[in-house]
Amino acid sequence: MTPAGPTPGTPVLEARDLHRSFGGVRAVNGISFSVAPGEILGVIGPNGSGKSTLFNCLLGQLPPSAGQVLLDGEDVTGMTPAALNRRGVSRTFQLLQVFPQLSVRENLILAGQEHVGSRLGRLFGRPDAGLTAAAERMLHLFRLEALADLLAGGLSYGQQKLLDAAMAFMAGPRLVLLDEPAGGVNLTLLGAFRERLRAMNQEAGSTFVVIEHNMDFVMSLCTRVICIAEGQIIADGSPQAVRENPQVIEAYLGH
Amino acid sequence: MMRGRPGALLATALAGILAVGLLSFVLEPYGVYLLSLWAVYTVAAIGLNLTLGYAGQISLAQATFVGVGAYATALLMPHGWPFGATLALAGGLCFGLGLLFGFPALRVQGHYLAFVTLALTTLAFLVMRNEAWLTGGVQGIAHIARPVPFTSGRAFLMLCLLVLTLVTVATWWLLRSPWGRAFIALRENPIRAASLGVDVRGYTLLSFAIGAALGGVCGSLYAPLVQYVEPSPFALALSLSLLLMVVVGGSGSFLGPYVGALVAVLLPEWLRFMQDYYLVVYAMVVMLLLAVCPDGLVGLAGRMLDRQRRGHPAEPADGGKA
Ligand SMILES: Nc1ncnc2c1ncn2[C@@H]1O[C@H](COP(=O)(O)OP(=O)(O)OP(=O)(O)O)[C@@H](O)[C@H]1O
Ligand SMILES: [Mg+2]
Repeated sequence: MTPAGPTPGTPVLEARDLHRSFGGVRAVNGISFSVAPGEILGVIGPNGSGKSTLFNCLLGQLPPSAGQVLLDGEDVTGMTPAALNRRGVSRTFQLLQVFPQLSVRENLILAGQEHVGSRLGRLFGRPDAGLTAAAERMLHLFRLEALADLLAGGLSYGQQKLLDAAMAFMAGPRLVLLDEPAGGVNLTLLGAFRERLRAMNQEAGSTFVVIEHNMDFVMSLCTRVICIAEGQIIADGSPQAVRENPQVIEAYLGH
Repeated sequence: MMRGRPGALLATALAGILAVGLLSFVLEPYGVYLLSLWAVYTVAAIGLNLTLGYAGQISLAQATFVGVGAYATALLMPHGWPFGATLALAGGLCFGLGLLFGFPALRVQGHYLAFVTLALTTLAFLVMRNEAWLTGGVQGIAHIARPVPFTSGRAFLMLCLLVLTLVTVATWWLLRSPWGRAFIALRENPIRAASLGVDVRGYTLLSFAIGAALGGVCGSLYAPLVQYVEPSPFALALSLSLLLMVVVGGSGSFLGPYVGALVAVLLPEWLRFMQDYYLVVYAMVVMLLLAVCPDGLVGLAGRMLDRQRRGHPAEPADGGKA
């Protein structure tokens, strides 16, 4: 699913002065940043600071009130979520979203199938769209093998969370936006989960943007962190620098 | 994409159709007629199950497609069109019409969509009734000939069963394919589906169009079966009746329409001795059924099978649901 490579130095993703309000609430209030290829960018900030809204504006889920989104230097503002996904951008939502009436394996195959061949070809081709092997690999990576044939709705919250993340990787995306992937995943699994993500990042060379409240998780995973408060970026830098930034501490304690 | 073992589901459906075919040899003509009616309605119910049960789009327009298929067949067969061609044309015409009827579903969902499709059904009924130059109006079109060599009641049943068999295999294939998976994704969570690259618009329209095409196929069997078409069988009541078949059988279950259509065809016959009260009793039976098993008769059967299997710990516990 990787189209012609961008020129070196072009950010994978760039936000230019994004705004989005809900009535009087300025959820995203002038956010600009860019993400370099291969980076793992952490996004932190207090509850209600606009992180999820930022994701929704970046991914075509919500039209921004103003501003631009660029993918490999190309303006993709206003493109639909499905079109962006087919260009190699995938995501998870903050509220977990798997398909409860499909088995775990079927969830994974669904996550990859629209990237394989033509629509008519899929109707007449193999039922699994040739993705069984890829699904097995994901099941293995996310330690879900034993659950493969269960309905996703029957899994525990943490297991569904892992499946949700695994689905985001099925199509071999270049850019993955994860909204609180660690929430609800237990501590022992969390370490393994972080290693999964790191491995994906290095093997596939894909770029991540990760919203997360779990500071240890962010600090140990991310190469760079931005902190958002009241719809604006108040800090941008190395995990260490952002953690020690007085404004960041103030934003967290002030709420 | 189907719950349970797909191969077993297809085998069950085909065995059922075969059993009906054999049963016809020991039945009186009226029994054979009822079996034909079952086969014909099952085709339309399979279509609605696809739109509503799998893709989650509430449609009360299925009667319209049955009507269009019936009129197309009744009008074209006297002009020497072979039955196979009218059947294909009815399916194709309704596929196109279904695409059009699907457009409201891109804007509204749930109850609102039900109301929009209800309005379309009423509109189509008025067209069938008032455009007498084409449809014969309330007089309808009589003396529709059955295609040779399927002129006797039993031979025509065989034709119906043949078409039902083809529809069964095609639907089975479709639901097992990535399309079936995309339809379920549409029903369960269209936003998440879109974020995974699923073209929600396209699949929504396709679910309407394919369901409608099967409505058209049903109609083109219905016309030569009863040999007379007029507008009233294609009014809202038929849409509701088909909806009932899907829900009673088990919405979104592969075998649901076969079971639901059987109940809808037979129950009124069995309750006929009650005369004027039969509709009341029928309604109560259906309500009771839905209260006891909201996932339909096939869901109920699946749960009973599960329970039985749990009695034998040696058996692996798989989904077991049809
Ligand atoms: N669809 C919506 N309609 C109205 N207001 C909204 C909507 N979505 C978000 N908001 C508001 O926008 C602000 C930012 O919300 P957002 O969900 O982006 O925060 P967040 O940083 O993701 O918070 P959390 O850490 O709790 O997930 C909040 O004040 C929220 O109430
Ligand atoms: Mg959020």
